[in-house]
Amino acid sequence: MSSTKYILGVFDDPDDMMHGIDKLQKNSVPIYDVYTPMPIHGIEAKLNIKDSRLGYAAFMFGCLGGTIMFSMVYYMLVHDWPINIGGKNFFAIPDFIPVTFEWTVLWTSFGMTFTFFFASHLFPGRAPRVMDLRATDDKFVIAINAKGSIPHDDITNLLKEAGATEVKHNDRKYVSYE
Amino acid sequence: MASHSESIIREPLITGKDITYAKITNDVLRPVENMPGKAWWIGFSVASLGASLWVFAISWTFWFGLGEWGLNKTVGWAWDITGFVWWVGIGHAGTLISAVLLLFRQNWRNSINRSAEAMTIFAVICAATYIAAHMGRPWMAVYSLPLPNQYGSLWVNWNSPLIWDVFAISTYFSVSLVFWYTGLLPDIATIRDRAQGIRRRIYSVLSFGWTGSVKTWQRFETVSLILAGVSTPLVLSVHTIVSMDFATSLEPGWHTTIFPPYFVAGAIFSGFAMVQTLLLIARKVLGLENYITMFHIESMNKIIMLTGSIVGVAYLTELFIAFYSQNEYEQYAFANRIAGPYWWAYWSMMTCNVITPQLFWFKKIRTNIPLSWVLSIVVNIGMWFERFVIIVTSLHRDFIPSSWAMFYPTWVDVSVFIGSIGVFFTMFLLFIRVLPSVAMAEVKLLLKSSSEQAKKKLMDEGHVVPAEAEFYIASLEKFDSVEQSEYLKA
Repeated sequence: MSSTKYILGVFDDPDDMMHGIDKLQKNSVPIYDVYTPMPIHGIEAKLNIKDSRLGYAAFMFGCLGGTIMFSMVYYMLVHDWPINIGGKNFFAIPDFIPVTFEWTVLWTSFGMTFTFFFASHLFPGRAPRVMDLRATDDKFVIAINAKGSIPHDDITNLLKEAGATEVKHNDRKYVSYE
Repeated sequence: MASHSESIIREPLITGKDITYAKITNDVLRPVENMPGKAWWIGFSVASLGASLWVFAISWTFWFGLGEWGLNKTVGWAWDITGFVWWVGIGHAGTLISAVLLLFRQNWRNSINRSAEAMTIFAVICAATYIAAHMGRPWMAVYSLPLPNQYGSLWVNWNSPLIWDVFAISTYFSVSLVFWYTGLLPDIATIRDRAQGIRRRIYSVLSFGWTGSVKTWQRFETVSLILAGVSTPLVLSVHTIVSMDFATSLEPGWHTTIFPPYFVAGAIFSGFAMVQTLLLIARKVLGLENYITMFHIESMNKIIMLTGSIVGVAYLTELFIAFYSQNEYEQYAFANRIAGPYWWAYWSMMTCNVITPQLFWFKKIRTNIPLSWVLSIVVNIGMWFERFVIIVTSLHRDFIPSSWAMFYPTWVDVSVFIGSIGVFFTMFLLFIRVLPSVAMAEVKLLLKSSSEQAKKKLMDEGHVVPAEAEFYIASLEKFDSVEQSEYLKA
């Protein structure tokens, strides 16, 4: 039994990497994850990753922020301390719009971004779960869990055929930072 | 797909030969990973001297009070609010580039959005210092917040644009910060994975543990798009509300409905001018000629020309409406601007904002780097005068002639303003020293589709209609970063 935990296919070119994903999938090799220095469109579809639902979160946070601000202004200007300004309506809706809008935007942005950070486990001080240090620079990395039943040499050959410039058999999942 | 090739007749967004993903990283990170050069140190020394002047003048203001400024009973608002509106306006280009151009899929934004967004944040910080400073007692800022208090509670006046402004500016600042920082995460991770020792630790904390996995990128793109979607109306609302600080008053010269669109156009105008001022220097000093190309410079000049013309139309409309209203106070306010004691401010504004930007109709001028730089400074001066004209010349001749007065800035006014420019440049220079000034991940996206080398490969392989290739080669002539001799025989 080899001690290899993960097999990494390192590509120089994103198109070769996409080709690699196709090849692996054709041979029923399950892909653990793909790490790229930039967003590559079309990977999500190949890996069957569902659409992000952050848009719904953004919408809900926006509604919440707008509602809070509108209710607060309503409470203060209409209910708690109405001010008579030349006999005009206390409930002067047009004047409420700018601040309501600002808080809709504020809550949408912060709510959505923090949901993103929460869902992706991003926070200051989080130890980076990096498999190959060059994946944030100029390499496109396909990671394959080596536990499966497919012989490691076959996976290596598939990756090489697809154009991988390097195939790594790693004993540890993540690159240690120590 | 990354290799989707784009139409040959579009100008390249990345020039140069043998550009690889690794080279983009190396080029962009050179100022971050190495000790800065002489130019940086000179700039930083001058800027921090300016910042020290600001600290001194602001401390003086807080110690001795607002009486140290040149304000008087008639002109109770002058350089402080001029500086505030000027800085907020400058900030707008960053959001325009990062949000509006993203929604319109303008890929040329990718190499300038990062520094423009940083500029937005620093400009809004400078603007915010004016809000705190003009209160005289900065701790009074707490009264602009709707907090329960012992007076009833007596709440803030939600009907007032000044309160709207508190919410607009704070939202604008914090949303811009979130947008900027989220975009920085992948690039900070790049620095982290190349660094060693303590630097790696610092950038590791700053990177939030970014890895670049598929799901993270997918969410990242959703977040960017939605932030762009909400920032676009936000940026319009911010300067609209700033203009309402004036437009909802009953002051002749301020009380006009044209203010919101006119201020927004002016803000974009001055913001792009400031981006141009900064980037023309940065591209040279940091050696980013291949990423911030002549196409970028020319596009920005075109936007400056367009928004300058909108501002010009607004000036003329204001004059016409003053005449057409047959309201003698309104008419006097404008006659006084043109030919009163502040005629020189009005005509500086007209010259710098309306007349000289029209020079950009000439291609020779808009593709000339030294001239573009000088004109961008001229626009910044003109936009400062615009705010000065609107504010001081509307106020200084009151309804009662006995209270007419002039405004004379004291050394404190001048030092706070010059100092705020120092603060801005200090922050910007620190930024290019510690963070990537170009969004590397986004520029890498363009390499296989919109770069000069990708297009050259297409031509060499003969996939291109000859007439289109000729058109493309002709468009390359203006680029200072393209090796023209390579295209001579083709």
